[in-house]
Amino acid sequence: MTRSKTISLQTIWSRGAIYLLLIAFALYFLMPVYVLVNTSFKPYTEVSVQRMWELPQGLYLGSFTEAWSKVAPNFTNSLLITVPAAIISSFIGSINGYIFSKWRFKGSNTIFLLFLIGMFLPYQGVLIPMVITLRSVGLYGTIPGLIFIHCVFGIPITALMFRSYYAGVPDDLVDAGKIDGCGFFGIYRHVLLPIAAPAFAVVLLWQFTSIWNDFIIGLVVLSNPRLAPVTVAVQNLAGSFTTEWNIQMAGALIAAAPTIIVYLLLGKLFMRGLLAGSVKG
Amino acid sequence: MAVGPTTLSTTAPRTSRRHINRDLLLAIVVLTPSIIAVAIFIYTFIAWTFWISTVNWNTSVIDYTFVGLRNWERMLSSFRFQMNLRNLALYALGFMSQCIIIGFLLASLLDQHIKGEAVFRTIFIFPFAVSAVVTGVAWRWLMRPETGINLLFESVGLGFLKSKWFADPTWGILFITIASSWQFAGYVMALYLAGLRGIPSEVKEAAQIDGCNTWALYRHIIIPMLAPVTYTSIVLTGMGAIRVFDIVTVISGSGQAFSTDMLAYHMFEQMFTANRFSLSAVIGAFMIILSVFLVVPYLLSVRKEQER
Repeated sequence: MTRSKTISLQTIWSRGAIYLLLIAFALYFLMPVYVLVNTSFKPYTEVSVQRMWELPQGLYLGSFTEAWSKVAPNFTNSLLITVPAAIISSFIGSINGYIFSKWRFKGSNTIFLLFLIGMFLPYQGVLIPMVITLRSVGLYGTIPGLIFIHCVFGIPITALMFRSYYAGVPDDLVDAGKIDGCGFFGIYRHVLLPIAAPAFAVVLLWQFTSIWNDFIIGLVVLSNPRLAPVTVAVQNLAGSFTTEWNIQMAGALIAAAPTIIVYLLLGKLFMRGLLAGSVKG
Repeated sequence: MAVGPTTLSTTAPRTSRRHINRDLLLAIVVLTPSIIAVAIFIYTFIAWTFWISTVNWNTSVIDYTFVGLRNWERMLSSFRFQMNLRNLALYALGFMSQCIIIGFLLASLLDQHIKGEAVFRTIFIFPFAVSAVVTGVAWRWLMRPETGINLLFESVGLGFLKSKWFADPTWGILFITIASSWQFAGYVMALYLAGLRGIPSEVKEAAQIDGCNTWALYRHIIIPMLAPVTYTSIVLTGMGAIRVFDIVTVISGSGQAFSTDMLAYHMFEQMFTANRFSLSAVIGAFMIILSVFLVVPYLLSVRKEQER
């Protein structure tokens, strides 16, 4: 691009091919969205296997009102689960990350490594003991129980994200805080917390998205359909194969709306979360 | 936010003040609840799962009578479990190759000074913000044999491409990876894009001056330089394959004669439908073993890299 102003025919061809490929992939990535949105705006009588790709004849909102009447309680449950769990786990992460990056002690790196390994291991390895334990303390089948579990499983990832953020904060700032007579909490409150807003945004967004989208833990801990999160409700809505497709699609869109809106508004932060969450970055 | 490799070398400053030691102790005390939580809810629970896999708890009545490896023998020799292994191999093959190839391709394309890069990037990554359940609902309809993509094929004269998709009794599981890769390829693209942006432009320019064409540049310089990103992608997608549950549950469940049955789904059914907790625990423990082989060498290598 930087080399010359003379554009040869060959570069025009290759540039064209690049854009063509990108547009083809973009269409492929948008295809499921088209189907979701398109079908949601059709009444049941218009939904047929032969006319799946055709646009609706008018904007019919009945699918959304009917889907909403079915998943609204679960949507509320998801909010009641996700918001507190995301906030609490971000807060825990901000302190743990601070310790892992600025208060290293003998063995702290090993502990951190064990956290990371734990983060990668599949939930299936802990499901049965988790149910037994939650039952024995009376938290099984309750929203606080699910919040608790999400907070515990959020410990490694939130510590990792905050730790890499604080690693970019010069130790001199921390030392200056010490010289000023600040202790452990003082440095956290007066040195790190005031500049941690970007990290909080990334971690909150990450935790919000992953907890909102969770299915397996919600399904296991809150098997009661009334208390289940919205992902489980959408699956139940779609469970019986005879149900109306338009309502299934509308329900799925409702369930996806919060994370999609957040992503479109805060895409940049989301991207940072993606990279920070991959350990390597 | 610093997204570069986290450095492990910065050590806590050692001032000789006495209250520093008191503060360090305070730091450890504050960290302790998290350590205990991880120790119990991850590591102890995993050990507990292994223990349950060796007892006789295969009804709804708790029974901790030790039976050795009997559950393991029974599970590993069962047809369904062997189907799980076959399906895992196919799923991993389809999912990992699609995510890595598409992810790398898209990142390389986007790295060519593209107008509207942000729009393309947003489109490619947004599926990752969508839950696997919603992904499954959309794709389940797209892959209905009598409509969806088949209908699209037919209307453009590609009727011979029509498929039974996930309902195919042999290759159904491979088709499910189309849906899961749709969701995850953007993440891999983001990783590769960050990697590509990390390669200094001098490297590319020097290669071009040396007469490298684009193909040689990628083959001999860029792809080898991105090897760490590829390793990360292999581990992340491999883990995704081992633990996949949501999308398979929504699209097809076990499928015809377990043709799309995956470990996590099998485990869930043994646990909640059949109450065979010990057999279920065998599957959970097996999944942990598989994951450890994938994850531990990776994390150790990342750590070694950072200590250098």
